[in-house]
Amino acid sequence: MAMLEIKNLKKSFGGIQALGGVDFHVNEGEIVSVIGPNGAGKTSFFNVITGIFSPDEGDIIFEGESIAGLTPSTITHRGVARTFQNVRLFPNLTIIENVMVGRHCRTSQGVFGALFKTKAFIEEEQAIEDHARDVLSFFGSRLRGYRENQPAFALSYANRRRLEIARAMATEPRLLLLDEPTAGMNPKETIELTGLIGKLRDERGYTIVMIEHDMRVVGQVSDRVVVLDHGVKIAEGDYESVASNENVIEAYLGRPAEDGAHT
Amino acid sequence: MSTTRPITDFETKDVLIQSALAALAISFIAAIGMLEEFNNRILITSLLSLGYLAIGWVPILFGYRASTEVAIEGVDPPVKGPRDLFVGGTVGAIAGVVVSAFAWLASSVDLTGIFIHTGPGMQSVLTFGQGIGFGSLLMIVFCTVLGIFGASLHVMSPTLRSIIGVALGTTIVIAIFEADVKELFKGFRVRGATSLLYTPTGGLTIVSAAAIAALVTTIKVYGKGHGPNAVYERVKQHHTNQSPEIRRRNSWLWGAAGVAVYLVTPQILGKSLSETAVTVGLFLVLGLGLNIVVGQAGMLDLGYVAFFAVGAYGIAMLTSPFRPAQWIPQLDFWVALPIVVIVAAFVGILVGTPVIRMRGDYLAIVTLGFGEIIQKLFLSDWWKPVVGGAQGITNVPSVSIGPVEFAGANSKMVFYLVAILVAGVFVLSHRLQYSRVGRSWAALREDEQIAEAMGINTVTSKLLAFSIGAVIAALGGALFAAKVGSVFPSSFKLLVSLVILVVIIVGGLGSLRGIAVGAIVLIGLLGGPTLPGLLREFGRFKLLIYGVILIYMMLKRPEGLLPSVTRSRELHHSEMTQDAWLDKAGDFEEEEGVTT
Repeated sequence: MAMLEIKNLKKSFGGIQALGGVDFHVNEGEIVSVIGPNGAGKTSFFNVITGIFSPDEGDIIFEGESIAGLTPSTITHRGVARTFQNVRLFPNLTIIENVMVGRHCRTSQGVFGALFKTKAFIEEEQAIEDHARDVLSFFGSRLRGYRENQPAFALSYANRRRLEIARAMATEPRLLLLDEPTAGMNPKETIELTGLIGKLRDERGYTIVMIEHDMRVVGQVSDRVVVLDHGVKIAEGDYESVASNENVIEAYLGRPAEDGAHT
Repeated sequence: MSTTRPITDFETKDVLIQSALAALAISFIAAIGMLEEFNNRILITSLLSLGYLAIGWVPILFGYRASTEVAIEGVDPPVKGPRDLFVGGTVGAIAGVVVSAFAWLASSVDLTGIFIHTGPGMQSVLTFGQGIGFGSLLMIVFCTVLGIFGASLHVMSPTLRSIIGVALGTTIVIAIFEADVKELFKGFRVRGATSLLYTPTGGLTIVSAAAIAALVTTIKVYGKGHGPNAVYERVKQHHTNQSPEIRRRNSWLWGAAGVAVYLVTPQILGKSLSETAVTVGLFLVLGLGLNIVVGQAGMLDLGYVAFFAVGAYGIAMLTSPFRPAQWIPQLDFWVALPIVVIVAAFVGILVGTPVIRMRGDYLAIVTLGFGEIIQKLFLSDWWKPVVGGAQGITNVPSVSIGPVEFAGANSKMVFYLVAILVAGVFVLSHRLQYSRVGRSWAALREDEQIAEAMGINTVTSKLLAFSIGAVIAALGGALFAAKVGSVFPSSFKLLVSLVILVVIIVGGLGSLRGIAVGAIVLIGLLGGPTLPGLLREFGRFKLLIYGVILIYMMLKRPEGLLPSVTRSRELHHSEMTQDAWLDKAGDFEEEEGVTT
């Protein structure tokens, strides 16, 4: 059975239909890329899955249970984490704090433990910190050491993207949604991150759905590619078949002019 | 480069602006009655009264400012010299002329219809009691000399400047806080020192003032490297070098010393200073509570006094023998307290639930409304059978533990209670700040939507902040009711909410040490909404000074006196980001263009 099963998902904002009945599924351990021209509804698709918007129609079934219309925090708790297209960190918190916030939904100590510094509280705080360091180490040494205590806004663009992935990893997701993970990175950084996306699945065991514009990245890591246009799925399959699909080429490049003139 | 600079090398416009500001400030201080009222308070016999101090700082400050030029990076700084003194003197002189003109205007035209305090009293002080002719001349000389003095502060070396500053500052502080210093002398059992320093009619003698200045100068010159900071560092160094067993023993010693200080402090402070300390303590508790809501969770609450009122009324309704609702059983303070705490937490959730979806300004307006509603309810006929309407509830018994009674009138005893509450709330705030709960609040403050997306339930997080804030305020309120012995709706006005907010903003939002400083400076020195502070003379002008401090802080130091690190980052974010351009989304195409 599929890990994430989406049936006839619809969402419109006022008169504009962002999603017009999308069917979609992801199997455990897959890397699926969602592509499509600007305004195709890719990010809206992510926003509806993660509960930032609730769907107008249709159902989202994650690991056998419907998550449609739940609050974002509940969905994260169920095991879906995401990053954002326009990197959204907590800019004035330090790097380690940013990641530690991600541990919130997997920990439980409250006011009482904090006030009396109970043994459970101290142990849990230590575990949160250790886990945060472990997650940061996934990106090598560049987010570790002295950097841990720097505010997030002091990071370079690529490091901010990495930190955002680390924060999502800290929530211990089973499904990871990456919204344009390589946007704004230079070719070298893009190649490195492409490798890391593979490692995220192979070493950490996440199932990954990714929105991406860089076709080299899509071609290299995806098991399957889904193409959205105007809120509708227009193609699905492996990278090669999608890349040569006529509907997809038309969606990206438009119809040849003489064709349009005759119809 | 030439070393001499013509003394007329200045911008006429700048000098005129500074003079005008100085003259305006002096005239304003005179016109609102500060000058005349303060003139009765002698600081140094036959030399300085508080009134002349209130205007004397003006030409010094503006003389200093006018003579100081902005240093431009990469250009040699302007040479300091006679030109600066000339500029300072000019500013003082012009200001003196304008102020004299103001005094002349007040004496020839009756201004008392507009400015009630511009009568003969003020004129006489402005002209040094010498009549308008000779007095004007004196005023001009007074301002000129002080202007030159201000400018000379700029010209002299930084070391000399700091010595003069500290010597003058200490002398003036000892003179201003005469009553409190006397109290302390009494507390330390050295009454003799009082007659040594002060004259029987009030004020330092010229000799004692000079002695203080000389003593401070000596300490400042020869005490270098032995100051409190250096001593603290050395003790700390010594402490960390010790073996763990000795360190454990030492921490016991420190604890014992702390308890000893706690027990002795109110005895030394004496009654009136203890009273002030209690007021500071209560506002510190309220400030720390509000800081959890505003500083940590980032929700601007303008109706915080409502929870303070709930605590105070709760205790009054449950413990007073004169409670209007006699069907409520009369309880002991310690039995009533847990009930009040639970009710306050519940009210916090009740108030929080409907407003939780609002942010920023909207939340501020709605909480402002709630604060007013609660006060009006306590005042209303509807609730009168339970809370007593405008007459309030009187005869609230004081707190007692076994045979020890903490009677409200005995501020030394109340100090012990308040100090424990302050310490408890301090520990709670500090520990929460560095815990899972505190991090969730920080995330909420930074970006609510993302906090929610990262698995933080924003609704429960916010309600938790609201109810913890409410509980802390209620504890403060309970103690307040037991101390004062009565509660009236008029004690819980909007002004109290605002004063608490000003305390934490001036001190440093989110910084616990900062809030302590804010409470001491604003409540301790200037006084709370109703109670006087140590600067008793300023009582009438308290709100004016609050306003001035707030405006100055917002312009020059919005993060507060002792800011928290995160808060300063929020406010100076863009200045600190070297790659600030990265913040502007879309700009990074440029980078792509270069690298691909």
